[in-house]
Amino acid sequence: MVSVEDAPVAERTRPGPRRRSRIGRSLRRYWQLYLLLLIPVVWFIVFRYVPMANAVIAFKEYSPVLGVWGSPWVGFSNFTRLFHNPVFPTLVGNTFILAGYTLIASFPLPIILALALNEVRLRFFKRTVQMVTYAPYFISTVVIVSMTILLLSPRVGLVGRAFSFFGTGSVDLLADADFFRHIYVATDVWTTTGYSAVIYLAALAGVDVSLYEAAKIDGASRWQKIWHVDIPSIMPTATIILILGVGNIMAIGFEKAFLFQNNLNLATSEIIPTFVYKTGILNADFSFGAAVGLFNAVINLVLLVVVNAVAKRVTGSGLW
Amino acid sequence: MVTALDQKSPRDAMGVTEAIVLKGAKPRRGRRGGGMPRGVRIKDTKGDRVFVVGAYILLAVFLLVVLLPLLNIVASSLSSAQAVSSGKVLFWPVDFTLRGYELALQNDGILRGFRNSIFYTVVGTLISVVGTVAVAYPLSRTQLVGRKFLIGFVILTMLFTGGVIPTYLVVQSLGMLDTVWSMLLPNAVGVWQVIIAMVFFRTSIPEELYEAAQLDGASELRVLWRIVLPLSGPMLAVIALMYAIGQWNSYFDALLYLRNADLQPLQLVLRSLLILNDQGSGNIAEQLERRELRDLLRYSTVVIATVPMMIVYPFVAKHFNKGVMVGAVKG
Repeated sequence: MVSVEDAPVAERTRPGPRRRSRIGRSLRRYWQLYLLLLIPVVWFIVFRYVPMANAVIAFKEYSPVLGVWGSPWVGFSNFTRLFHNPVFPTLVGNTFILAGYTLIASFPLPIILALALNEVRLRFFKRTVQMVTYAPYFISTVVIVSMTILLLSPRVGLVGRAFSFFGTGSVDLLADADFFRHIYVATDVWTTTGYSAVIYLAALAGVDVSLYEAAKIDGASRWQKIWHVDIPSIMPTATIILILGVGNIMAIGFEKAFLFQNNLNLATSEIIPTFVYKTGILNADFSFGAAVGLFNAVINLVLLVVVNAVAKRVTGSGLW
Repeated sequence: MVTALDQKSPRDAMGVTEAIVLKGAKPRRGRRGGGMPRGVRIKDTKGDRVFVVGAYILLAVFLLVVLLPLLNIVASSLSSAQAVSSGKVLFWPVDFTLRGYELALQNDGILRGFRNSIFYTVVGTLISVVGTVAVAYPLSRTQLVGRKFLIGFVILTMLFTGGVIPTYLVVQSLGMLDTVWSMLLPNAVGVWQVIIAMVFFRTSIPEELYEAAQLDGASELRVLWRIVLPLSGPMLAVIALMYAIGQWNSYFDALLYLRNADLQPLQLVLRSLLILNDQGSGNIAEQLERRELRDLLRYSTVVIATVPMMIVYPFVAKHFNKGVMVGAVKG
């Protein structure tokens, strides 16, 4: 677009005042857009940037009376307290293991589902499978956890009863720290597989038909076609999903872990987000909670930067 | 994406999807349309046919793994309390009765939670969509001075956050604790949604349109209201759905900011009813002296809480998939 105002001649002849007048012109012409931006920008400052500034309480002894800025500085003492806390290694370990396990377990199934869906021709069956497997994605975490509790209940639950039936006696799996991770991951896979498969289906739909034709003429079997055409075609998508997943490890959600948590499985179910909530909010130890949160946010940032660098090397384009 | 605690999974996952397809997909081409002429078709070998049968079996397994637990829960909710407690119900109701639903619908907490959740979802989504458009539209205009800086200003909040407690302090100092505002404002705008909207505006609205509008003397807001928004229906639907589902399904903000039971959304009511196994108060508690009824009530409550989403979902799913493509094809 070349409007009269942006004519290159003007740029060359008047280099000095150009910049100022460019801003002035933009303001004059787009003042309504700037006005529109005003409210969201204020929102971002209040609910995103002020909290960033508030995070300094991690280095202070926060007192509600003195406020964030009036509270006395205490240096890194909140962090040393965290690092010397006996639960700290478990906490970090639990977080990484839970997130890593979730990532690895929920990676292959959507691909398998998408590849299988791509093979069948019965439209009705295909659509039914897709609709049904997609559905759990829309069920809330609270309900997913409630369903799991009901199903695993040794007394009334379907799965719980099956366990008792096969002779393991009546055990409450939810009260067992050894099972927490498996339950967490299984429900996660159950919830997201159908949804995640959509991405791969989209990638498969984009495969050039001539590749299939060539494979067929060369006498490739269906399996060879999947192995040599389908899988290479979805590799870029799969790589990015995996990389993004690694970058998101520390962003593992609070909601589900907290709901599955009880005093008996705490050894494996206590992760950083639940710990922040308990110390910071429930015990009202704001500074310590903020320190744990900040620790988490910094690791997260480092992970993202590293992952982005890896993504740039592997796929040629990063996340930013 | 980066926040540890205040993560809204549906929103984020959606955004991730968008970014992925943006990079992974190639131009779509008719899969079956442009194939070989009929006569040349090569028949499947026997091995291939076995393979296809295998695919069907595999899909049937996927289907059953998702469906059977759901069936068991629905069947239990429609059975008698006795049958449920003695563990007789499999995938079909035993001693069919609607008693469980009667109990659940007599529960004030559930009804109040429903009302509150509907309010938070409707008003919250409205605020979120307006806020998102208000950032995304100006930032999609390439001529706007300061655009790059403002985009950075928005994206940065995705990479680094102050955390739960510093945010809590802000909400507290604004006096929003225990008010509906704490449910509507702190997470009103999602960065992924802003990116989706921005990419959509920039790629789907032709630049010539702005020039023409300018020549006609239309103001910028008028262009947005009369031309751009009417052209953005599908994208607006997608981000509205993302916000609505996030709002309906999450409970963390409510757990954090609300003490007053009258303001609690459905998810929090469900949590105390189903997971903390709270028996509530009043005459329901008396009725529930028998554990049998309590088990039944839990099943029927789970079903009641899921039904609205399951009704909406088939319509939503199509848009959601389209949402994956909005960013994808256009990006």
